[in-house]
Amino acid sequence: MKKFIVIILLAVLGGYTANIFFDIGFGEPHFVQGVKPVKDIYLSETVSNLNVSNTVTAIVVNFRGFDTLGEVTVLFLAVTALGSILYKRRHQVGKRSVMFSASSIVTSGSKLIFPAIVLLGAYVFIHGHLSPGGGFQGGVIIATGFLLMLLAYENFSIGHNALSIIESLAGITFAGVGLMGFIGGGTFLENFLPTGILNNLFSGGVIPIIYIAVGFKVAAELTGVIYTVLHEKGEVNE
Amino acid sequence: MIYFILIIVLLLLMIGASVYAIVQKDLLYAVIATGIISLILSILFYLLQAPDVALTEAAIGVALTTIIFIITIRNTVRHEEEEDGNKKFKSAVK
Repeated sequence: MKKFIVIILLAVLGGYTANIFFDIGFGEPHFVQGVKPVKDIYLSETVSNLNVSNTVTAIVVNFRGFDTLGEVTVLFLAVTALGSILYKRRHQVGKRSVMFSASSIVTSGSKLIFPAIVLLGAYVFIHGHLSPGGGFQGGVIIATGFLLMLLAYENFSIGHNALSIIESLAGITFAGVGLMGFIGGGTFLENFLPTGILNNLFSGGVIPIIYIAVGFKVAAELTGVIYTVLHEKGEVNE
Repeated sequence: MIYFILIIVLLLLMIGASVYAIVQKDLLYAVIATGIISLILSILFYLLQAPDVALTEAAIGVALTTIIFIITIRNTVRHEEEEDGNKKFKSAVK
Protein backbone atom coordinates (compact mmCIF):
# COMPACT_ATOMS: atom_id res chain seq x y z
CA MET A 1 0.00 0.00 0.00
CA LYS A 2 2.78 2.39 0.96
CA LYS A 3 4.69 1.61 -2.22
CA PHE A 4 1.56 2.21 -4.25
CA ILE A 5 1.05 5.69 -2.73
CA VAL A 6 4.69 6.55 -3.31
CA ILE A 7 4.48 5.50 -6.96
CA ILE A 8 1.32 7.57 -7.50
CA LEU A 9 2.90 10.61 -5.84
CA LEU A 10 6.07 10.27 -7.93
CA ALA A 11 4.00 9.89 -11.09
CA VAL A 12 2.00 13.05 -10.32
CA LEU A 13 5.17 14.98 -9.52
CA GLY A 14 6.92 13.68 -12.65
CA GLY A 15 3.97 14.54 -14.85
CA TYR A 16 3.78 18.04 -13.41
CA THR A 17 7.51 18.67 -13.93
CA ALA A 18 7.43 17.24 -17.44
CA ASN A 19 4.47 19.46 -18.28
CA ILE A 20 6.33 22.56 -17.08
CA PHE A 21 9.40 21.64 -19.13
CA PHE A 22 7.21 20.99 -22.15
CA ASP A 23 5.71 24.46 -21.84
CA ILE A 24 9.10 26.19 -21.74
CA GLY A 25 9.73 25.34 -25.36
CA PHE A 26 13.49 25.29 -25.70
CA GLY A 27 14.75 26.05 -29.18
CA GLU A 28 11.56 27.60 -30.50
CA PRO A 29 12.19 30.47 -32.91
CA HIS A 30 10.49 33.18 -30.82
CA PHE A 31 12.75 32.11 -27.98
CA VAL A 32 16.00 32.59 -29.88
CA GLN A 33 15.45 35.39 -32.35
CA GLY A 34 15.57 39.01 -31.38
CA VAL A 35 16.73 38.28 -27.85
CA LYS A 36 20.19 39.20 -26.55
CA PRO A 37 22.16 36.38 -24.94
CA VAL A 38 22.02 36.61 -21.16
CA LYS A 39 25.77 37.20 -20.80
CA ASP A 40 25.53 40.38 -22.88
CA ILE A 41 22.64 41.60 -20.76
CA TYR A 42 24.61 40.94 -17.57
CA LEU A 43 27.70 42.74 -18.89
CA SER A 44 25.83 45.81 -20.10
CA GLU A 45 23.37 46.08 -17.19
CA THR A 46 26.13 45.79 -14.59
CA VAL A 47 27.86 48.96 -15.71
CA SER A 48 24.92 50.97 -17.04
CA ASN A 49 22.19 50.27 -14.46
CA LEU A 50 23.90 49.11 -11.30
CA ASN A 51 27.16 51.15 -11.46
CA VAL A 52 29.15 48.17 -10.22
CA SER A 53 32.55 47.40 -11.72
CA ASN A 54 32.77 43.72 -10.67
CA THR A 55 30.37 41.75 -12.85
CA VAL A 56 30.76 38.56 -10.82
CA THR A 57 29.54 40.34 -7.69
CA ALA A 58 26.62 41.87 -9.58
CA ILE A 59 25.55 38.44 -10.79
CA VAL A 60 26.01 36.70 -7.44
CA VAL A 61 24.29 39.32 -5.28
CA ASN A 62 21.88 41.14 -7.57
CA PHE A 63 20.81 39.05 -10.56
CA ARG A 64 21.12 35.74 -8.70
CA GLY A 65 20.65 37.01 -5.16
CA PHE A 66 18.11 34.35 -4.27
CA ASP A 67 20.64 31.61 -5.14
CA THR A 68 23.13 33.22 -2.78
CA LEU A 69 20.55 33.14 0.02
CA GLY A 70 20.14 29.42 -0.68
CA GLU A 71 23.90 28.87 -0.60
CA VAL A 72 24.21 30.65 2.74
CA THR A 73 21.37 28.49 4.07
CA VAL A 74 23.13 25.31 2.89
CA LEU A 75 26.30 26.36 4.70
CA PHE A 76 24.29 27.11 7.84
CA LEU A 77 22.62 23.68 7.71
CA ALA A 78 25.98 21.93 7.25
CA VAL A 79 27.44 23.74 10.25
CA THR A 80 24.39 22.91 12.35
CA ALA A 81 24.61 19.25 11.39
CA LEU A 82 28.31 19.11 12.27
CA GLY A 83 27.65 20.73 15.62
CA SER A 84 24.81 18.37 16.45
CA ILE A 85 26.90 15.30 15.56
CA LEU A 86 29.92 16.33 17.62
CA TYR A 87 27.94 17.93 20.46
CA LYS A 88 27.91 15.11 23.00
CA ARG A 89 31.51 14.08 22.75
CA ARG A 90 32.76 17.65 22.85
CA HIS A 91 31.10 18.09 26.20
CA GLN A 92 32.49 14.84 27.55
CA VAL A 93 36.06 15.79 26.70
CA GLY A 94 35.92 19.32 28.05
CA LYS A 95 39.42 20.41 27.11
CA ARG A 96 41.17 20.25 23.80
CA SER A 97 43.79 17.57 23.24
CA VAL A 98 47.18 18.95 22.28
CA MET A 99 49.97 16.73 21.03
CA PHE A 100 52.73 19.31 21.41
CA SER A 101 52.49 23.03 22.05
CA ALA A 102 53.49 25.55 19.40
CA SER A 103 56.95 27.08 19.54
CA SER A 104 57.48 30.71 20.52
CA ILE A 105 58.22 31.65 16.90
CA VAL A 106 54.76 30.45 15.87
CA THR A 107 52.95 32.09 18.78
CA SER A 108 54.56 35.53 18.43
CA GLY A 109 54.44 35.43 14.63
CA SER A 110 50.74 34.58 14.56
CA LYS A 111 50.01 37.32 17.08
CA LEU A 112 51.61 39.78 14.64
CA ILE A 113 49.96 38.41 11.51
CA PHE A 114 46.43 37.85 12.89
CA PRO A 115 45.21 41.51 12.66
CA ALA A 116 46.59 41.76 9.13
CA ILE A 117 44.67 38.66 8.05
CA VAL A 118 41.41 39.94 9.56
CA LEU A 119 41.96 43.34 7.93
CA LEU A 120 42.55 41.71 4.55
CA GLY A 121 39.38 39.66 4.90
CA ALA A 122 37.35 42.75 5.83
CA TYR A 123 38.85 44.64 2.89
CA VAL A 124 37.97 41.83 0.51
CA PHE A 125 34.31 41.73 1.48
CA ILE A 126 33.77 45.48 1.90
CA HIS A 127 35.27 46.12 -1.56
CA GLY A 128 33.42 43.16 -3.08
CA HIS A 129 31.69 45.32 -5.68
CA LEU A 130 34.90 47.10 -6.74
CA SER A 131 37.66 44.51 -6.73
CA PRO A 132 37.85 40.71 -7.04
CA GLY A 133 36.51 38.87 -4.04
CA GLY A 134 33.42 39.19 -1.94
CA GLY A 135 31.57 37.86 1.05
CA PHE A 136 32.53 34.21 0.81
CA GLN A 137 36.21 34.88 0.11
CA GLY A 138 36.56 37.52 2.82
CA GLY A 139 34.74 35.35 5.34
CA VAL A 140 36.99 32.39 4.64
CA ILE A 141 40.10 34.59 4.97
CA ILE A 142 38.91 35.79 8.40
CA ALA A 143 38.18 32.19 9.43
CA THR A 144 41.75 31.30 8.39
CA GLY A 145 43.05 33.99 10.75
CA PHE A 146 41.07 32.51 13.64
CA LEU A 147 42.35 29.06 12.64
CA LEU A 148 45.94 30.34 12.93
CA MET A 149 45.24 31.69 16.43
CA LEU A 150 43.57 28.42 17.47
CA LEU A 151 46.58 26.42 16.28
CA ALA A 152 49.13 28.70 17.92
CA TYR A 153 47.46 29.13 21.32
CA GLU A 154 46.16 26.06 23.11
CA ASN A 155 43.72 27.96 25.29
CA PHE A 156 42.52 30.50 22.72
CA SER A 157 38.76 30.33 23.01
CA ILE A 158 35.94 31.85 21.03
CA GLY A 159 32.56 32.44 22.59
CA HIS A 160 30.09 30.12 20.94
CA ASN A 161 27.23 32.44 21.86
CA ALA A 162 28.94 35.41 20.19
CA LEU A 163 29.47 33.36 17.05
CA SER A 164 25.83 32.34 16.85
CA ILE A 165 24.64 35.89 17.56
CA ILE A 166 26.84 37.30 14.75
CA GLU A 167 25.68 34.56 12.41
CA SER A 168 21.99 35.08 13.15
CA LEU A 169 22.23 38.87 12.86
CA ALA A 170 23.98 38.58 9.51
CA GLY A 171 21.35 36.16 8.23
CA ILE A 172 18.55 38.46 9.44
CA THR A 173 20.24 41.41 7.71
CA PHE A 174 20.40 39.51 4.42
CA ALA A 175 16.76 38.43 4.56
CA GLY A 176 15.66 41.86 5.87
CA VAL A 177 17.39 43.73 3.04
CA GLY A 178 15.74 41.28 0.67
CA LEU A 179 12.32 41.95 2.19
CA MET A 180 12.85 45.72 2.02
CA GLY A 181 12.83 45.31 -1.76
CA PHE A 182 9.05 44.99 -1.44
CA ILE A 183 8.88 48.69 -0.48
CA GLY A 184 7.57 50.51 -3.50
CA GLY A 185 6.14 47.43 -5.15
CA GLY A 186 9.42 45.77 -6.06
CA THR A 187 10.46 42.15 -5.81
CA PHE A 188 12.45 40.20 -3.25
CA LEU A 189 16.12 41.34 -3.16
CA GLU A 190 15.42 44.21 -5.50
CA ASN A 191 17.99 47.00 -5.54
CA PHE A 192 16.01 49.81 -3.88
CA LEU A 193 18.88 52.10 -2.84
CA PRO A 194 20.46 54.69 -5.17
CA THR A 195 23.35 53.14 -7.08
CA GLY A 196 25.74 56.11 -6.80
CA ILE A 197 28.76 56.69 -9.02
CA LEU A 198 30.80 53.94 -10.65
CA ASN A 199 33.93 52.89 -8.71
CA ASN A 200 32.93 54.69 -5.49
CA LEU A 201 32.94 52.81 -2.20
CA PHE A 202 29.32 53.80 -1.51
CA SER A 203 27.77 52.60 -4.73
CA GLY A 204 25.86 49.66 -6.07
CA GLY A 205 22.80 50.04 -3.84
CA VAL A 206 22.22 47.01 -1.60
CA ILE A 207 25.15 44.97 -2.95
CA PRO A 208 27.77 46.10 -0.35
CA ILE A 209 25.28 45.69 2.52
CA ILE A 210 24.43 42.13 1.49
CA TYR A 211 28.07 41.22 0.91
CA ILE A 212 29.12 42.53 4.31
CA ALA A 213 26.35 40.43 5.89
CA VAL A 214 27.46 37.36 3.92
CA GLY A 215 31.08 37.96 4.95
CA PHE A 216 30.22 38.08 8.66
CA LYS A 217 28.01 35.00 8.35
CA VAL A 218 30.59 32.89 6.51
CA ALA A 219 33.37 33.96 8.88
CA ALA A 220 31.32 33.05 11.95
CA GLU A 221 30.17 29.73 10.49
CA LEU A 222 33.59 28.53 9.35
CA THR A 223 35.24 29.64 12.59
CA GLY A 224 32.58 27.61 14.39
CA VAL A 225 33.37 24.56 12.21
CA ILE A 226 37.10 24.75 12.92
CA TYR A 227 36.49 25.31 16.63
CA THR A 228 34.13 22.34 16.85
CA VAL A 229 36.44 20.02 14.94
CA LEU A 230 39.54 21.03 16.88
CA HIS A 231 37.86 20.42 20.22
CA GLU A 232 36.68 16.99 19.19
CA LYS A 233 38.90 14.28 20.62
CA GLY A 234 38.97 10.92 18.89
CA GLU A 235 39.76 7.58 20.44
CA VAL A 236 43.43 7.15 21.18
CA ASN A 237 45.06 4.83 18.67
CA GLU A 238 47.61 2.45 20.12
CA MET B 1 54.12 31.53 -26.13
CA ILE B 2 55.79 31.76 -22.73
CA TYR B 3 52.31 32.05 -21.22
CA PHE B 4 51.33 28.80 -22.90
CA ILE B 5 54.49 27.04 -21.65
CA LEU B 6 53.82 28.30 -18.11
CA ILE B 7 50.29 26.90 -18.15
CA ILE B 8 51.55 23.52 -19.47
CA VAL B 9 54.23 23.36 -16.75
CA LEU B 10 51.67 24.17 -14.05
CA LEU B 11 49.30 21.49 -15.36
CA LEU B 12 52.10 18.91 -15.37
CA LEU B 13 52.97 19.87 -11.79
CA MET B 14 49.32 19.39 -10.84
CA ILE B 15 49.26 15.92 -12.40
CA GLY B 16 52.51 15.04 -10.61
CA ALA B 17 51.13 16.18 -7.26
CA SER B 18 47.90 14.21 -7.81
CA VAL B 19 49.81 11.01 -8.61
CA TYR B 20 51.99 11.57 -5.54
CA ALA B 21 48.89 12.02 -3.38
CA ILE B 22 47.46 8.72 -4.62
CA VAL B 23 50.66 6.68 -4.36
CA GLN B 24 51.92 8.03 -1.02
CA LYS B 25 51.14 5.77 1.95
CA ASP B 26 51.79 8.48 4.56
CA LEU B 27 48.45 10.32 4.56
CA LEU B 28 49.92 13.56 5.92
CA TYR B 29 52.16 13.90 2.87
CA ALA B 30 49.20 13.05 0.64
CA VAL B 31 47.14 15.85 2.20
CA ILE B 32 49.98 18.33 1.69
CA ALA B 33 50.12 17.22 -1.97
CA THR B 34 46.39 17.94 -2.36
CA GLY B 35 47.04 21.38 -0.88
CA ILE B 36 49.72 21.93 -3.52
CA ILE B 37 47.21 20.93 -6.21
CA SER B 38 44.82 23.61 -4.92
CA LEU B 39 47.62 26.20 -4.84
CA ILE B 40 48.59 25.54 -8.46
CA LEU B 41 44.91 25.52 -9.45
CA SER B 42 44.43 28.96 -7.90
CA ILE B 43 47.48 30.27 -9.82
CA LEU B 44 45.93 28.84 -12.99
CA PHE B 45 42.60 30.52 -12.26
CA TYR B 46 44.44 33.80 -11.81
CA LEU B 47 46.30 33.36 -15.12
CA LEU B 48 43.01 32.56 -16.86
CA GLN B 49 41.57 35.87 -15.56
CA ALA B 50 39.21 34.58 -12.90
CA PRO B 51 40.55 36.33 -9.77
CA ASP B 52 37.35 35.76 -7.78
CA VAL B 53 37.59 31.99 -8.16
CA ALA B 54 41.33 32.14 -7.51
CA LEU B 55 40.73 33.86 -4.15
CA THR B 56 38.12 31.28 -3.17
CA GLU B 57 40.33 28.39 -4.21
CA ALA B 58 43.35 29.78 -2.35
CA ALA B 59 41.43 30.39 0.87
CA ILE B 60 39.28 27.23 0.94
CA GLY B 61 41.39 24.69 -0.95
CA VAL B 62 44.80 25.56 0.42
CA ALA B 63 44.03 26.59 3.98
CA LEU B 64 40.72 25.27 5.28
CA THR B 65 40.44 21.87 3.56
CA THR B 66 44.07 20.98 4.28
CA ILE B 67 43.73 21.88 7.95
CA ILE B 68 40.48 19.96 8.38
CA PHE B 69 42.10 16.89 6.77
CA ILE B 70 45.14 17.24 9.03
CA ILE B 71 42.92 17.43 12.12
CA THR B 72 41.11 14.31 10.89
CA ILE B 73 44.42 12.49 10.43
CA ARG B 74 45.47 13.47 13.95
CA ASN B 75 42.29 11.95 15.32
CA THR B 76 42.46 8.77 13.23
CA VAL B 77 45.45 6.99 11.65
CA ARG B 78 48.36 8.51 9.80
CA HIS B 79 49.63 5.58 7.74
CA GLU B 80 47.62 3.73 5.18
CA GLU B 81 48.21 0.01 5.73
CA GLU B 82 47.56 -2.47 2.98
CA GLU B 83 47.54 -5.54 5.24
CA ASP B 84 44.67 -4.20 7.30
CA GLY B 85 42.61 -3.53 4.21
CA ASN B 86 43.24 -7.06 2.96
CA LYS B 87 42.24 -8.52 6.31
CA LYS B 88 39.03 -6.52 6.35
CA PHE B 89 38.35 -7.55 2.77
CA LYS B 90 38.97 -11.22 3.52
CA SER B 91 36.77 -11.15 6.61
CA ALA B 92 34.06 -9.45 4.58
CA VAL B 93 34.30 -12.17 1.92
CA LYS B 94 34.07 -14.94 4.51
